[in-house]
Amino acid sequence: MSDCRRQWNREDELPVYLAKPIATGPNQRQKSHGMFSSVEGAYDNKTIDFDQYAVGRKGNRSSRSSSRERIVDGDFEDYEISGGTISSPGERDDGRPGVEITDQAEKECRYEQNNGKSERLLIKGGRVVNDDQSLYADVYVEDGIIKQVGENLIVPGGIKVIEANGCMVIPGGIDVNTCLHKSYLGTPPVDDFYQGTKAALAGGTTMIIDHVTPQPGDSLLEAFEKWQEAADKKSCCDYSLHVDIPHWHEGVKEELEQLVQEKGINSFQVYMAYKGLFQMPDSQLYEAFSFLKEQGAVVLVHAENGDLIAQEQSKILGMGITGPEGHPLSRPEELEAEAVFRAITLGNRVNCPVYITKVMSKSAADTVTNARKKGSVVFGEPITASIATDGSHYWSKNWVKAAAHVISPPLSPDPTTPDHLHSLLACGDLQVVGSGHCAYSTSQKAIGKDNFTLIPEGTNGVEERMGFVWDKAVAMGKMDENQFVAVTSTNAAKIFNLYPRKGRIAVGSDADIVIWDPDKIKTITTKAQQSALEYNIFEGMECRGGPVYVVSQGRIVFEEGKLQVQQGTGRFISRKPFPDIAYQRIKYRNKVMSKQGVSRGMYDGPVYDIPATPKYITPAPSAKTSPTTHQPPPIRNLHQSNFSLSGAQIDDNIPRRSGHRIVAPPGGRSNITSLG
Amino acid sequence: MSFQGKKNNPRVTSDKLIIKGGKIVNDDQSFYADIYMEDGTIKQIGENLIVPTGVKTVDAYGHIVIPGGIDVNTCLQAPHQGMTPADDFYHGTRAALAGGTTMIIDHVVPEAGTSLLAAYDQWRDTADNRSCCDYSLHIDITRWHDGLFEELEHLVKDKGVNSFLIFMAYKDKYQSSDTQIYEMFSAMRELGAIAQVHAENGDIIEEEQKNLLDLGITGPEGHVLSHPEEVETEAVYRAITIAKQANCPLYITKVMSKPAADVIAKARKKGMVIYGEPIAASLGTDGSHYWSKNWEKAAAFVMSPPLSPDTSTPDYLSSLLSCGDLQVTASAHCTFTTAQKAVGKDNFTLIPEGTNGIEERMSIVWDKAVATGKMDENDFVAVTSTNAAKIFNLYPRKGRIAVGSDADIVVWNTKETKTFSAKSHNLTVEMNIFEGMECRGFPVVVISQGRIVLEDGNLNVTEGSGRFIPRKAYPDFVYKRIKARGRMADARGVPRGNYDGPVHDVISMTKSVPATPTTRGPSCPGKTPLGPARNLHQSGFTLSGTQMDDHIPRRTSQKIVAPPGGRSNISSLS
Repeated sequence: MSDCRRQWNREDELPVYLAKPIATGPNQRQKSHGMFSSVEGAYDNKTIDFDQYAVGRKGNRSSRSSSRERIVDGDFEDYEISGGTISSPGERDDGRPGVEITDQAEKECRYEQNNGKSERLLIKGGRVVNDDQSLYADVYVEDGIIKQVGENLIVPGGIKVIEANGCMVIPGGIDVNTCLHKSYLGTPPVDDFYQGTKAALAGGTTMIIDHVTPQPGDSLLEAFEKWQEAADKKSCCDYSLHVDIPHWHEGVKEELEQLVQEKGINSFQVYMAYKGLFQMPDSQLYEAFSFLKEQGAVVLVHAENGDLIAQEQSKILGMGITGPEGHPLSRPEELEAEAVFRAITLGNRVNCPVYITKVMSKSAADTVTNARKKGSVVFGEPITASIATDGSHYWSKNWVKAAAHVISPPLSPDPTTPDHLHSLLACGDLQVVGSGHCAYSTSQKAIGKDNFTLIPEGTNGVEERMGFVWDKAVAMGKMDENQFVAVTSTNAAKIFNLYPRKGRIAVGSDADIVIWDPDKIKTITTKAQQSALEYNIFEGMECRGGPVYVVSQGRIVFEEGKLQVQQGTGRFISRKPFPDIAYQRIKYRNKVMSKQGVSRGMYDGPVYDIPATPKYITPAPSAKTSPTTHQPPPIRNLHQSNFSLSGAQIDDNIPRRSGHRIVAPPGGRSNITSLG
Repeated sequence: MSFQGKKNNPRVTSDKLIIKGGKIVNDDQSFYADIYMEDGTIKQIGENLIVPTGVKTVDAYGHIVIPGGIDVNTCLQAPHQGMTPADDFYHGTRAALAGGTTMIIDHVVPEAGTSLLAAYDQWRDTADNRSCCDYSLHIDITRWHDGLFEELEHLVKDKGVNSFLIFMAYKDKYQSSDTQIYEMFSAMRELGAIAQVHAENGDIIEEEQKNLLDLGITGPEGHVLSHPEEVETEAVYRAITIAKQANCPLYITKVMSKPAADVIAKARKKGMVIYGEPIAASLGTDGSHYWSKNWEKAAAFVMSPPLSPDTSTPDYLSSLLSCGDLQVTASAHCTFTTAQKAVGKDNFTLIPEGTNGIEERMSIVWDKAVATGKMDENDFVAVTSTNAAKIFNLYPRKGRIAVGSDADIVVWNTKETKTFSAKSHNLTVEMNIFEGMECRGFPVVVISQGRIVLEDGNLNVTEGSGRFIPRKAYPDFVYKRIKARGRMADARGVPRGNYDGPVHDVISMTKSVPATPTTRGPSCPGKTPLGPARNLHQSGFTLSGTQMDDHIPRRTSQKIVAPPGGRSNISSLS
């Protein structure tokens, strides 16, 4: 890794124009500035003390996976220790001096923590990879924004320089599917916004979109605020939120409108599974789709047929199967594919973009593919687990291992699934890779030790996501680096209307940048991970490709295997409705697809006189299908039942025509029925 | 031939007939032979037969002799909003015989919530008195509840019914939810019956209907706009998925569109036991007529699922029929007079659904598929008669010309053409959706129960001569594979030791051990929950916002259940 070594500490190697342009001595910087306001002393020569931000949990952080990138500077070792000695996450006080990394005259310069945001950075000598092209260029970052991209940039002196030395410079990953605050039976997941975003950053993901999961009956707005509060306090990287709609009713519309218009949410999840809890019947889905389309939101769908799952679960429990293998047995992939098909049909009918979360099986992915070929506006999201491992582990003798894989839809037992999903990602039939990260500890999983339906669902993957896409798809030659950027970041940014602020390295974009080393090899172990989980489902897997540096909001947060994050730095990124990639086509189709009737004259022929009151116009509410509840005997209208329901009549054999009343208009039948 | 049979009279059983000089076509082979029949049964097949003297001879030189057609989907009795179809059992079966169909299977449609058995008796009663050809009955399950299983059992075991229709459409009327469909499929599999499905997504249709009426579209074109192909396709796909889970054979009635047919073809390739039935209308015409300026004509085409506006559909369906991806042709004959259709003149959702086709079915298949070279005469026999007989367990009594089979035989003219028209058809309705269509191939002689009912263009039918043909459960053609799969498909658990690691202490234990309705149990998604049933003892805790200690790893709050003797647990295996 000698090509990636940093050399910015050497004053004598700096270009002339960078060397000491200003040396005015120590200056205190204030934290009172807004995020994007110009910062006093911004043009001063300075650099950042990363180690001050290091938040290893224990000393083992310092040795983790970074051994291949040694820093050549001798004096660097002086402060390398400091990163390892910082005690525990979330307990750091402001203003702790730590060790200054300054090669210039301002050794005494003290940093306030929050001023780190206005850091200026130059990333030199890397290959900038966007989803459309790759080019060799330097990137200059200031105030958390990319200010210049190009060669031979003119930048202020004394700024920090990252030598990328041929490594890839890519937009930071966006993980659009995490559940870091979703309680199960009242207990939160072990990875909360702090642990989860830390893990995300360590894996090269600089933004997450988390799912707000209110319970049925809860207010969506309140839930949203709860989530936002938790995330604002704890998140280490920028975040946004999806809101799940647990239950559809008229009242929810107002809240949705408010969320879209005022809160910056443009994506909502609906469930086709979890019968009796979140599941919606097709007519509600249709209404929800229609409404969300009007609002310009993206509809996320958890696609599984909940009715059938409930049946299968009771069947399998009845057979005495209680272990985690019951989970995939009760949720065969056909049920996923069926629901995907239905969701797409609904989307087509309503003319609404549909986003399928967690594409876990080949048949579901093929369904998405076929629909796209027919022109449907549908997006598919495989997750880390489905592209890196398979469902054979559900049959493991080790309960802990088997239970750790429990997620819905389940991993497919077909071992060729990951390969297939990669191929579809590479050719663009699937668009986004999420993680579905939702970490429950083994003891939480053990709530379902005697009944697989009680095992809380969720796997890890926020940290491993980018690495596995590289390892399984790019390193295998299935996809190129541009497509890699597209599926890990750009496509997500486009679909959820974050583009080009996120998902691209361009002037004006947020400085969420990852220096990616395609040859870095890392073995996934529970010990080395950031997540608080005791069991990593990718345990022992080797993964090529990984981040060397991660820059979030213009600050270096991951470097040499060390994380330097600070909780609460993550900002909520609001998203506008009507993302172009999803809605441009929809808008045109709306115009074209408007339906028109045939203009005919009035029908003036004979009309049959219906004897009984019309039943069809106002169906009795009792007939409403409620799948599980035992149907009460139908309420019959006693006034009419005598006639319509009786048995064979005496005159059954006489043709019915004699019973008509012919409504003939005066003046004869000069009717339209004889036209064309 | 003009014998007017009353129910009690013994039928004319002494009809002895010999058909000479024709080419006998079964679904597997064709050969030249004479057929001698007596007492309504085929007695001899071969050349130079020794037969009693004075036997009436039918000359079939130059024609083919085929088993009489079986039309497995008719509605000659089912009322629609209190209106009975214009063609009842008498007119309908008469038209059937005129077209070369010697047996029908009619749908019994009980009012939702009423007894299936009562409806069955009612249908039997009418049909026994009115039907001119042999018939059998499907029962439609218009509303499922657990108590119905016994009725089904009774019908299958004692009444000779082995097929039931389930509706995925007609919301709030006949529609069943996925759970109900699964239960019905399981019940039918247990009884050895065949599940038929009317496959359309009723939820979507209802929403679309509302939208269209709001837009001011009230004419028959609204019918096809509110029943798009996709909605049919989706339901077919879902029905297949459910049938796969329940390991139940599935029969899709009325395949009307290309994508729906494709879904069936694909499922068959994956090994599903599934059958698809295009009908005369979907093979003979298309849905462009819904936009006709003539309301009467447009309304005559109204049926569900609707005819596809895609004009290449008939061609496509006949291709799939030829290659065996679709198996059976039916007519879905259910006719209403123009005056009856006009009930929906201001609202297309009120137009009674149904088209004619019982008389034209065989000719249309011949013209579209055989005359065009898509299928041979043996396939023709298979799709018009033999496959249906096999699926519904009538084979080899029906659907085959063989010694011992019923003498339901058609002499088929393959060369000349016939034109369909409302003026010349044997129905009571004023409109014929195949008006003006010229078809090659039509029956010259039709023999039903050993008696000639059509000869020289003269129809001589006897009201009430039709017999009810009971059908046994577990047709081999369908159930052999299902049975084998039932034995194979047992899921097995993994034998593990007991998990003895720590278990998270759920605050309210009542919640985890038996799944309460709040979390997993079934409840009714269709209804507004009365506010979620929350356990008030715990809700204060579980749903509150961020906690002070959220950032502390949760392990501290666990209760560790450690067995005495240390944790010699299974979590460290493998």
